[in-house]
Amino acid sequence: MDSSTKNVVFSINGPVVKVKDTKDFSMLEMVYVGNKRLIGEVIGITSEFTTIQVYETTTGLYVGEPVYTTGAPMCAVLGPGIISNIFDGIERPLRQIAEVSGGAFISEGATVNALDTEKKYDVTVKAEVGQFLSGGEVYAECQETPVIRHYCMVSPLLSGEVVSVSPSGEYSLNDTICTIKNENGEEIPLTLCQKWPIRKSRPVSNRMPITRPLITGQRIIDTILPIAKGGTAAIPGGFGTGKTMTQHQLAKWCDADIIVYIGCGERGNEMTQVLEEFSELIDPKTDRPLTDRTVLIANTSNMPVAAREASIYTGITLAEYYRDMGYHIAIMADSTSRWAEALREISGRLEEMPAEEGFPAYLPSRLSEFYERAGYVETLSHKEGSVTVIGAVSPQGSDFSEPVTQNTKRFVRCFWTLDKSLAYARHYPAINWTTSYSEYTEDLADFYIKNAGHDFMQCRQEISNILTEENKLMEIVKLIGSDVLPDDQKLTIEIARVVRVGFLQQNAYHKDDTFVPLTKQLLMMKAILHLYNESKKCIANGIPVATIVGSGLFEKVIKIKYDIPNDKPELFDNYTKEITDVLKRLNTPNDQGGLQ
Amino acid sequence: MSLQYMGLSEINGPLVVLDHVKGVAYDEVADIKLEDGTERIGRVVEISGEKVVLQVFEGTKELSLKNTKTTFTGKPLEIPLSRDILGRVFNGAGKPVDGLGYIYPEKFADINGKPLNPVSRTYPRNYIKTGISSIDCLMTLIRGQKLPIFSGSGLSHNKLAVQIVRQAQIADDSGQEFAVVFGAMGVKHDVADYFKRSFEESGVLQNVVMFMNLANDPIIERILTPRCALTAAEYLAYEKNMHILVILTDMTSYAEALREFSSSKGEIPGRKGYPGYLYSDLASMYERAGVIKGSTGSVTQIPILTMPNDDITHPVPDLTGYITEGQIVLDRSLDQTGIYPPIDVLPSLSRLMKDGIGEGYTRADHSSVANQLFACYAKVQDARSLSAVIGEEELSDIDKKYLEFGVAFEKYFINQGFEENRTIEQTLDLGWNLLSLLPESELDRIDETLLKQKYNPEAAKRFND
Repeated sequence: MDSSTKNVVFSINGPVVKVKDTKDFSMLEMVYVGNKRLIGEVIGITSEFTTIQVYETTTGLYVGEPVYTTGAPMCAVLGPGIISNIFDGIERPLRQIAEVSGGAFISEGATVNALDTEKKYDVTVKAEVGQFLSGGEVYAECQETPVIRHYCMVSPLLSGEVVSVSPSGEYSLNDTICTIKNENGEEIPLTLCQKWPIRKSRPVSNRMPITRPLITGQRIIDTILPIAKGGTAAIPGGFGTGKTMTQHQLAKWCDADIIVYIGCGERGNEMTQVLEEFSELIDPKTDRPLTDRTVLIANTSNMPVAAREASIYTGITLAEYYRDMGYHIAIMADSTSRWAEALREISGRLEEMPAEEGFPAYLPSRLSEFYERAGYVETLSHKEGSVTVIGAVSPQGSDFSEPVTQNTKRFVRCFWTLDKSLAYARHYPAINWTTSYSEYTEDLADFYIKNAGHDFMQCRQEISNILTEENKLMEIVKLIGSDVLPDDQKLTIEIARVVRVGFLQQNAYHKDDTFVPLTKQLLMMKAILHLYNESKKCIANGIPVATIVGSGLFEKVIKIKYDIPNDKPELFDNYTKEITDVLKRLNTPNDQGGLQ
Repeated sequence: MSLQYMGLSEINGPLVVLDHVKGVAYDEVADIKLEDGTERIGRVVEISGEKVVLQVFEGTKELSLKNTKTTFTGKPLEIPLSRDILGRVFNGAGKPVDGLGYIYPEKFADINGKPLNPVSRTYPRNYIKTGISSIDCLMTLIRGQKLPIFSGSGLSHNKLAVQIVRQAQIADDSGQEFAVVFGAMGVKHDVADYFKRSFEESGVLQNVVMFMNLANDPIIERILTPRCALTAAEYLAYEKNMHILVILTDMTSYAEALREFSSSKGEIPGRKGYPGYLYSDLASMYERAGVIKGSTGSVTQIPILTMPNDDITHPVPDLTGYITEGQIVLDRSLDQTGIYPPIDVLPSLSRLMKDGIGEGYTRADHSSVANQLFACYAKVQDARSLSAVIGEEELSDIDKKYLEFGVAFEKYFINQGFEENRTIEQTLDLGWNLLSLLPESELDRIDETLLKQKYNPEAAKRFND
């Protein structure tokens, strides 16, 4: 019968299975293990043993059960039906698994198609007979969700002359749309979907420089620590500092066209929350639920560890596929530490020599491979698209010197560190402004000046200066208390409080404050700086800080974030006027707070 | 007809190796019969060709290479389940030890369980009232949540757990049954006794299932204990539609058992000698909490762990914190000042509370009060560290106010009696009264109108003496 059945399981150790004395397998090939046809991948070959990691639990697997070759590496199926779906780490749709398993628990060996093969799409065929199609060119399109138009592209590895075309109409996933003849004269049918190996990045025409920010509506990110479209960012933070919360906020509000949310070794309830919340939230830009632009990859912490390792690659492959259509994608990977731990676990089972803290020596190279798949590119069909990667890092013991954080730091350009003490004080987002950095600020300056306001960068700088100054002063305050500081420094501390509470701190549950447009961010900065400058004048006239603070202006400016709705920027004028008036009154000698 | 294998080829710690074995499945259970007629249970942890590595749950004491007969059962480890397990006491491997005989099983279930499909979960929203102010207000326990207690040796975590069990009520009275599954891993005899006695005294014993692995019981059995407990919990919750509270103590002993087992298997250690898969292993238990579609029951977990040397960055509390939905941290200095429960509220957290509180669940102002209390108490810490340097006299007036608030907060809010069961209204009103100790302008997390309504410096005067 099938020649491959002569390969049988020789040894089993957790997810690692070995086959003895065979030459049938190639590296990274996908295989089926055992009678239940568990999905696995070849990860090591010696003359004696072929080592396979199995993506499902191996409980109940017998030595001597067959191992089947497939002749192809682990591939993702790419086609319409990806968006608004939820997959496990190896692109199996969890909803279908729930039906097949017949219960709330995932049973092993569930065979389901990655994408719905029954559903009919209204396809507009673009290819014409005689046309020469090269890799990446569009031959058909269809509406995948109300907000995403799906473009079927020739696989980057193929090209050829179109020899036959089906008319536009209703087709399902595996129907042939057109046939091309390649240079060897072979006829290749093209359907609505294609396969791509998950560990290989999809080719592009060229990489473009980074010029556009990913607008997130989160003030500390957009203003102080911006991220670019096609950029990379890491969010390290101990438990309870709000990594997941920050990622949820970004996924909800950032201006990417499509979000790929990878729940990699995280909590089941969190994925359920994303599912529920995103289907209820309406995207203000499209008036449709957020699920219409979101793909979820959920490999929770109790799902098989090998599939967790694959989930990151599956996610980024899906993202690259949509990037090639000319979309801007943001990937949230929560959390890359769990992925690194999966690497460590498999590496341990293979008895490889460990490097730092038991992690394999190839950890940095795997991390860099992943982050380098982000970028702003010109696609093969000459459209612009981007993949932005935002990875959460969960450092062991909140110690940022551990290997995953340190290695990640080398390959990302945005580093948003979450701070325990801010989180304890329930200051969210708990991004620490002194230890975080963004290398994109310079690259994006032009964009901000053109689109947000000519003085945006200048205001941003002044706000940062206040924070830096406060940081210095706090060193002194910690030692001797704030009472001994001169008034101008006391003012800096007061105004810094306004910046922290009124600007950096942002309430994800407030209808206006959860997303703030750039224009309002700028006006808020201006209001704070105006208050600062006017107060400085008072200080110069010898009016004590306590009097200025007593005017209640500071509290008022702090509450701007709630009091001025996002769509009423004109209200800022009243505030500016009030600040000027009140402080001018203080400055005139006759008033109560004046000369004494 | 099953084959019997005579003797062993190697013994190493809790592991034994058999050679020339055929047709064995991974994770299968084996019966090991000794010459004196006693039986032990082993589980297949590695197969390589015809060589099989077994872990022996009861330990390998008195085993020799000759005196055993091993039979493979062809099944993973299963425990018998039926409603009758309520009120019973089992050992760590699921065998009855209360002298009441075997369970007449309705079904057998694999103790490893299976991963819950995220799409089949329901997001947990209903809160469990514990009657303890600090928990109810600041780290609300939600039905289907996993909320561990991070404690240290000598702190009153056991007392707190007992109080939670005794006072726990499901907020909406859906008339569903409520039961407790208690898993003890490596606890001392007197601690186990304390729990048993307390359950008896409070009259909940009929609704408690206990799995006991005491400090001198075999460590391999300890690895099974939480899994047995959770399997029983899942059965009662999802098939019998009960609300189950699972208390697992002490997870640190569990992790140490796992480390011992891992090192005798010769695995490459990760941090502090714990195996690299500690995270996945802990997750495979903690994730077995939740609410699922198609069942009205729920599994809520309160694992207790003692932080070695009170170090929250130790791998066990650290990894636990990354998996669980929050944590309740106990603090030694609070305990020393006589505060019970000694909950350190700042590092404590409940991730699910945001969706389970407020209008329709607790009270509309709940989240504002909680946030403001957190923010103010964080400032108390700043003021305290400052006063430690420059002396209390030198502090600004506002910092002095904070010190005052801090003391009152600990004394009246966190501190409460072992028998004291506060309603959520009492708790929140108490919170408001305490906040009124501070000037109105300091309360920057609260909406203006709400503040006007509730801010009441008169009521705060009672804390001043």
